[in-house]
Amino acid sequence: MTDCIQLAGGRVYDPGNGINGQVKDLFIENGIIVKSPSATPRRYALDGMVVMPGGVDIHCHIAGPKVNLARKLQPEDHRHDPHPATACTRSGSGGTVPSTFATGYRYAALGYTTAMEAAVTPIGARHTIEELHDTPVIDKGFYVLLGNNIFLQQLLREKRTEEFKQAVAWWINATKAYTTKLVNPGGDEPWKGKKNANVTHIDEQSDVFEITPRQIIEAFIDSVNALGLPHPPHIHCNNLGHSGNVTTTLETMKTAADRRVHLAHIQFHSYAGELGKNPKSAAREIAEYVNAHPNITCDVGQVMFGKSTIMTADAPLAYMLRGFKKGKWVNADTECESGCGIVPFNYQEHVYVHALQWAIGLELFLLSNDPWRIVLSTDHPNGGSFMSYPKLIRLLMDSAFRAEEIKRVNQKAINQTMLNELDREYTLNEIAIITRAGPARALGLNNKGHLAAGADADITVYDDMEDKEAMFNAPRYVFKAGIPVIEDHEFRQDHSGKFLHVEPGYDDGIVRQVRPFFENYYSIEFDNYAVNDSYLHDHQIIATVPG
Amino acid sequence: MSANINVIKNATCTFCGCVCDDMILSVDEEAKRIIKSKNACVLGRAWFAEHTIDEAAPAALIDGQPASLDEAIEQAAQTLARARFPIIYGLSDTTCEAQRQAVAIADISRGNIDTTTSVCHGPSGLAFQGVGESTMTLGEVKNRADLVIYWGGNPAESHPRHFGRYAVTAKGMFTPKGKKDRTVVVVDVRKTPSAPAANHFVQVKPGKDFELLWALRALLKGRSLAENIEAITGVSQQVMQMLVEMMRNCRYGVLFFGMGLTMTRGRHFNSGALLALATDLNEYTHFVAKPVRGHGNVTGADNVLSWQTGYPFGVNFSRGFPRFNPGEFTTVDVLAKQDADAALIIASDPAANFPRAAIDHLSNIPVICLDTKETLTSRLAHVAFRTATYGINTTGTVYRMDDVPITLRKVYDSPFPTDEEILTAIKQRVQELVQARSESSHIVRRADADEQMTAAMP
Amino acid sequence: MPTNMLLVPGRSKQQGTTLNKGKLKADYQQVTSTVEMSQEDMQHLGFSEGDRLRLSNAIGEAIVTCTAGTGLPAGMLFIPYGPQSSQLMESDTAGSGMPLSKHLAVDVEKISSIQPVT
Repeated sequence: MTDCIQLAGGRVYDPGNGINGQVKDLFIENGIIVKSPSATPRRYALDGMVVMPGGVDIHCHIAGPKVNLARKLQPEDHRHDPHPATACTRSGSGGTVPSTFATGYRYAALGYTTAMEAAVTPIGARHTIEELHDTPVIDKGFYVLLGNNIFLQQLLREKRTEEFKQAVAWWINATKAYTTKLVNPGGDEPWKGKKNANVTHIDEQSDVFEITPRQIIEAFIDSVNALGLPHPPHIHCNNLGHSGNVTTTLETMKTAADRRVHLAHIQFHSYAGELGKNPKSAAREIAEYVNAHPNITCDVGQVMFGKSTIMTADAPLAYMLRGFKKGKWVNADTECESGCGIVPFNYQEHVYVHALQWAIGLELFLLSNDPWRIVLSTDHPNGGSFMSYPKLIRLLMDSAFRAEEIKRVNQKAINQTMLNELDREYTLNEIAIITRAGPARALGLNNKGHLAAGADADITVYDDMEDKEAMFNAPRYVFKAGIPVIEDHEFRQDHSGKFLHVEPGYDDGIVRQVRPFFENYYSIEFDNYAVNDSYLHDHQIIATVPG
Repeated sequence: MSANINVIKNATCTFCGCVCDDMILSVDEEAKRIIKSKNACVLGRAWFAEHTIDEAAPAALIDGQPASLDEAIEQAAQTLARARFPIIYGLSDTTCEAQRQAVAIADISRGNIDTTTSVCHGPSGLAFQGVGESTMTLGEVKNRADLVIYWGGNPAESHPRHFGRYAVTAKGMFTPKGKKDRTVVVVDVRKTPSAPAANHFVQVKPGKDFELLWALRALLKGRSLAENIEAITGVSQQVMQMLVEMMRNCRYGVLFFGMGLTMTRGRHFNSGALLALATDLNEYTHFVAKPVRGHGNVTGADNVLSWQTGYPFGVNFSRGFPRFNPGEFTTVDVLAKQDADAALIIASDPAANFPRAAIDHLSNIPVICLDTKETLTSRLAHVAFRTATYGINTTGTVYRMDDVPITLRKVYDSPFPTDEEILTAIKQRVQELVQARSESSHIVRRADADEQMTAAMP
Repeated sequence: MPTNMLLVPGRSKQQGTTLNKGKLKADYQQVTSTVEMSQEDMQHLGFSEGDRLRLSNAIGEAIVTCTAGTGLPAGMLFIPYGPQSSQLMESDTAGSGMPLSKHLAVDVEKISSIQPVT
């Protein structure tokens, strides 16, 4: 049955197609946008309303082993924020790490229709896919953690670069991932094997694997570009959170030269100052480098004040943060693959470092001159919940509001930055880029983030309001794959959403190399490791374009 | 015996939380039984050998009389939809796919859901919420651990392959000589059959685990102990000092703990003290801890409840959203306090192992039971389903004690439906009944609820 | 005069293997109604292998068979989990959800030296 819909009279922001607030009708048929419908459409009168593609979160933590540990860890965080069932939706619980159902519905209720889980251990892929299946409405996928993978590091030590590429492709297929993720590359072995030490420099050689973080980064950029994944390696650099880490971040970007790379939550990597002392802002240096290098995309990882949950594959970082309050802490080592740390956290306006982090994030947004390559994120829930996106949008669009907010925070921190001098205000078109069109393009999702014929009918309709926080907090309509899941601010239909993954080709011979490693060092059988197709429900394979 | 023998490799044993996935099973397809289970331990061999098919058994019983599946599903759904405080319990011996359906039934019927975790490592779950946990997958122990301590657990009898496959004699990347590369300690109130595997056995007085753990934390921090600490714990200060030195100086240390901590005086405080000790040790070296979980997929039940509700066990939906309160919404309590007015029991036998007061109430309310065999619980059930055995007759997902998910292989077909199939059918029917009711008597129900609220107020 | 002792229910291999056969089968019933005691305690209390004992506390009572066990300190009894041990468990969980299941003070007395015909 074809269901034709006409979205009539709204002001459309579709930056991918050069449409900047023009009044324009859109037509939906069978879940996609069409030029003209084949039957009489149901008509939604959207006069005066703002129409955008559905939001796309390029970097968040919403499903899988570490997320679930963080959920289990914090009943106090759920208790104050229940998510009741409705006639058509399941119940759940909220807080900074909501249950799966609440996560999907709450993203939808902000007008987001796609979100990518940014760090999954290969052995946890099956778990992650099960959770994503229970995360309604949105389309979703995940990035697989390979930057501390022992087998891959052994291949690099032996300079077997072709096999490295084949093994990366095999792992992506075996886990049904969307791209590769590197977190503090090379840092796991000292953490697990050398009494909680860490790697401190991008050129520091591992005494176990005899390679450096830079060599790991380079190998992934080579391989992923050669495999032609729609999204390049997604990198969480070494030295996250440490004063002076700007050097590491710049060196990481330089390692890519002119090849594609995505820098995750770059705010956390934009600190000047001396190690062990208070950080200073290096936002300008980072922004200038990113501005000048069109091969680089990044997401900001904005800090928003209030409760957050630190959850990261960067286990030494989480342990360092645990040291401040000595509160509850989770460390979770994954054999041959990854580390993980979880710490409940609270960003406070009066704390110098927290205020500085907040200000650096805003500086990065305001100093960036290509909105297509800087994506709005809070590294949910590390910098704050995705539920704070509307407030962040207001901070970017409303300089008077921003000035008021700046007054409320630690002034010593603000004085370290140039935030007071930046009076830029993001336009609706630019917001549509940093929350939709840009991340969709960076992800290589050709049918998302825009509204031309053939695109997925993932569409959000907002009431046009002066208060942008209120506006982006409550879309009037959300269409997911053409289905009106939210109408007049209320859920009208449930929807499962699609799972997005890639299947780069590889030479089967690599399996003969990987298998003996498994038999020696893993605790599950090789033949039970790969995620089989029974876990795929509604899914879409995004094409790879080998170079 | 028929000649039709099929061999299934890399099958998974779901009896205990080790979830060993290297079984080589020889199956007699016609006789529908497993005749050989290579690599299985004594418990696994019994698991595979004894889960045979009783073709004569009816798939469903209503009040002890054979019934059709449709009738039984209808009865079950009516019972749950009608109840004011339906409870769902068990779930540790079934797949995550079935568990997900069970949570949906609880959500839709506004019931209560809890798993065998609450009478197993539930206290460790509470301790986890209090102090967190430094932990690992079992392969890390095999590859790295040079100090392994078992506290209040007896894996030689409860998890027989734990030593060989993962933790004691297992050879790994940085432990190529297996046991020779490790020191093993067993702490328990009695000298269990696990003690001979240890380099050191430490006998603690019953009910004094917390005191001993706390004393070790104090020694680690350089504090001096009261002179009577040996009289209290049964362990000398010299032995405590030796333990602290071993723990502080190892390269990768592991504390495994069992129900000797959770089921005795102190409960979650014991688990919490142990987790805190493991955390403290990370100031000196890399140290991890892990409860040695029991049933095949009890860890999956924790995971499914956590991702769907935010809470690992003891969850109540009566207000239309999940609430967590151990002691109130845990099953021993909702039964012993006579809150529950209907029960759906999945793959568990509370009528055999709960305290008497809880069993008494269970026998006074309508019970729906899903099990692969006849049990005391199925005998007292209003509706009893006989279901296929997970990992033998069904595929599906289970989580090992270290949260590693494994996909089961079906070994041979059962004439009986799976838990997932029955629960999905019950869910759909409960949904219809609840929807029909809310459409026809929305206002009445609201008034009814208000009346209850008023009545409940002091 | 009954003697007060500490009952520690737990898993055993036999309990694990017999429960796979079926909890309503005689094997499981027998395993879970056999209590282990140290040789010394048995001598001291005048119990012999196979004696029928009554274990009781404020919650209930269980009739079990006595056998000599190893590794048990004085005053401690071990029994594989099952219907008999649950007769002696308190239902109050002190707000934790977990009844005290491994630390049961019970009175022990011999009721007969003759094993019942099974």
